[in-house]
Amino acid sequence: MPSRPLIRAGFLTLALAWLALLAIGPAHAADDAAARTLLAQLREADFSGKTALIEQLAALDHPRIATALKALADSRLYYQEAGNRVVIGSGDGADIAIEDAVSGAALGQISKRDLDRITTNNRLRTLIENRLASLGLASADPEQRKAAVEAFLKNPDPTESERLRARLSVETDSEIKELLAMSLALADLASPDAAVRVQGATTLGGQLRSELRGPLTKMAAEDNDSTAREAARIALARTQFRLQLLGWAETLFFGLSLGSVLILAAIGLAVTFGVMGVINMAHGELMMLGAYTTWLTQQYLPVNWSLPVAVPLAFLVAALVGIAIERSVIRFLYGRPLETLLATFGVSLILQQAVRSIFSPLNRSVASPDWMSGVIALGPLEVTLNRLIIIGFCIAVFALLWLALQRTRLGLEVRAVAQNRAMARAMGVRSARVDALTFGLGSGIAGVAGVALSQLTNVGPNLGQSYIVDSFMVVVFGGVGNLWGTMVAGLSLGIANKLLEPWSGAVLAKIVVLVFLILFIQKRPRGLFPQRGRAAEI
Amino acid sequence: MRLPAWLLSDRAGLALLTALTVLAIGVPALNLLLPTDHPLHLSAYTITLIGKYLCYALLAVSVDLVWGYMGILSLGHAAFFALGGYCFGMYLMRQIGARGVYGNSELPDFMVFLNWSELPWYWYGFDQFWFAALMVLIVPGLLAFVFGWFAFRSRVSGVYLSIITQALTYALMLAFFRNEMGFGGNNGLTDFKEVLGFSLHADGTRIVLFALSALALAGGYLACRWLVSTRLGRVLVAIRDSEDRARFLGYRVERVKALVFTFSAMLAGVAGALYVPQVGIINPGEFAPLNSIEAVIWVAVGGRGTLVGAVVGAVLVNYAKTWLTGALPEVWLFALGGLFVAVTLLLPRGLIALWRRREATA
Repeated sequence: MPSRPLIRAGFLTLALAWLALLAIGPAHAADDAAARTLLAQLREADFSGKTALIEQLAALDHPRIATALKALADSRLYYQEAGNRVVIGSGDGADIAIEDAVSGAALGQISKRDLDRITTNNRLRTLIENRLASLGLASADPEQRKAAVEAFLKNPDPTESERLRARLSVETDSEIKELLAMSLALADLASPDAAVRVQGATTLGGQLRSELRGPLTKMAAEDNDSTAREAARIALARTQFRLQLLGWAETLFFGLSLGSVLILAAIGLAVTFGVMGVINMAHGELMMLGAYTTWLTQQYLPVNWSLPVAVPLAFLVAALVGIAIERSVIRFLYGRPLETLLATFGVSLILQQAVRSIFSPLNRSVASPDWMSGVIALGPLEVTLNRLIIIGFCIAVFALLWLALQRTRLGLEVRAVAQNRAMARAMGVRSARVDALTFGLGSGIAGVAGVALSQLTNVGPNLGQSYIVDSFMVVVFGGVGNLWGTMVAGLSLGIANKLLEPWSGAVLAKIVVLVFLILFIQKRPRGLFPQRGRAAEI
Repeated sequence: MRLPAWLLSDRAGLALLTALTVLAIGVPALNLLLPTDHPLHLSAYTITLIGKYLCYALLAVSVDLVWGYMGILSLGHAAFFALGGYCFGMYLMRQIGARGVYGNSELPDFMVFLNWSELPWYWYGFDQFWFAALMVLIVPGLLAFVFGWFAFRSRVSGVYLSIITQALTYALMLAFFRNEMGFGGNNGLTDFKEVLGFSLHADGTRIVLFALSALALAGGYLACRWLVSTRLGRVLVAIRDSEDRARFLGYRVERVKALVFTFSAMLAGVAGALYVPQVGIINPGEFAPLNSIEAVIWVAVGGRGTLVGAVVGAVLVNYAKTWLTGALPEVWLFALGGLFVAVTLLLPRGLIALWRRREATA
């Protein structure tokens, strides 16, 4: 048994619906006629006549008026002598398709010569835009309402304030509410009352929309009231401050993104150089192999699916090549770091030339999947999705590597060998096998980094070379043998680079960072977080 | 005249000096005395090519001095080579005078192109030969001294030093690529006309430059050989073999290192200065880390810590490079890479060691 208020509400709804049905039929018919008359008058009217007619049309509350006014603004509204009616044309050329302006019924193709264009000018267009915006304000669709308020912000019209205020009192969408308050404040700037202008300016202070700055700047310079000028100036300063904050946040984000690329490039090196003490100059080429693996998978798989496949594949390819390098070259050179450096440099040349001979010396383009392209808003900050994903990817790789070193049997053995080889062997660790696997791990991570790089830069035979100096710098800066040091170093170098860039340009920023690193190593030869104890003296 | 003992005992060195003398006299003779269609006639191109090898050999000697005797693997020695080259290139640039494309007697072409109105201050004086020649020594030497002094004082050694020398040359390369630096940016300095009034395109000038390169190599070799035979040389080897022990014995390790590093950089600078007029161009590519590492491999191939080996390695590897990049360009990097691996694994003491071993068994 439904409760009484519910029954009453049900009746009310029914009654309202019935009333509405009653109202729509005839009222619509009457409106149609009125709209037709007004539209027909447009043809003959002069400028002021047209202004009045547009106002009357906008006041009609007829569903087709918005379309017709839009057509008028676009110069697509015609008078058809033959049917004595106003039509909307669409398409180019001598023959255009027309439809009735009021009913919207299609009337077929007709030669332009039989039509009479209803002329307009820019002042009328502005008026129409404003009236259209007012019409949009009442729309049930929040998107349209939003567009309508945006239009107000672009063309502020003080005469519309009342309508905006009325809308503000019933609006529920918080974003549109904010926009409405902003448009009202903007309209207030034109008020004859200085106190209202001050109020408006104060409301607008700190808002980031570019449309607001022009009127405020003008007010700060030209307003005849000194308090109003002051208020506008303060508002502008607040906006400026917020913009600056936003700029810093943006720089920070770019720095994080560059830093995560540096970390990805360096972290594999931190394993081979830091844990094993092996200088692997072919590290960059292993990244290149990872990037080429990505390219190859894209030849066989759709782009959107290729990356999840490419990551493990690149790890495998690079790790296998790395193990091959370790078994064939590096294991004969343990304890002779300078010779290792030269030999692995030789390997890097061979790998480069191999790629050049197999794939061609030209760059290969690796496509970005759909889910990595686009922009995402983090509050007022807009960031590109691919950079965000690479930051996340870097964190994931770092976490996995850290877990692998801290929580697995292999990780334990790797750390044991790194700390004291002889003792580890005495405890039964097969150090040769551990060496090969550690090198494979470091190389595999280089391959994974290559997948990320393929999304950012050109994939070519020289890909590795451009990162090798940077990655060594990151490892040395952070302190050899310390993964967290690598992370801190990569992030700080990335951010430092991006902070310097606007001030000095990209190349000079890089030079400054390199020179800083050279000086830093003089001061602290073992990096930010040096290893302590016996293991430090290799 | 009696040769000093340190030279007399150095049989390989004497052989090298003899070979250089023969080259310095023989090569110009083969060019000047034989008719052009004679099979033994050497063209000006070949002479310049050999001259280039000799410059590389001098660079290799300077690398060997610090690597072979002092244990510092510098991956940035090409930076000193290129700086010397740039200094001399600036002199050659000023010698073009009004014969450039824009006909500006004061500014080099690239500055006119960049709309610069006057010569930057650091170009002052480079129209004088003596000044440029001095700078060829001073600029690389000063950089090496400052860099080395700070690095050695804070005991940066081993791999760390190698990596920061590489960073140094990389940073310089990036800097010289910038047009704002005032060294011609990407294109570097080129289009030289004459040196001391002699046209660079004349065969005579080329022969003189070649002879000077041979002389410089001989001089550089003798200076290094003398240096390593002195007490200072013994200290160098002591530092290489056990730096801490040398320090505990009371030697000022960082001073010795900085001094020898500076001297080596000056030698590299001279090599660069002789290289530029012969090849006719110097650009930031000379700073590329690969060039420095190539210089190291010349030394490794020949045999480090021998000085003669450096010369042999530089000439052989570069001859192979000229031949392979012409005949089989695809193979060159494979060969160079393979050489790096093979030499470090199989021939850690270089080719010279093979010869020494035969000598010892005979």
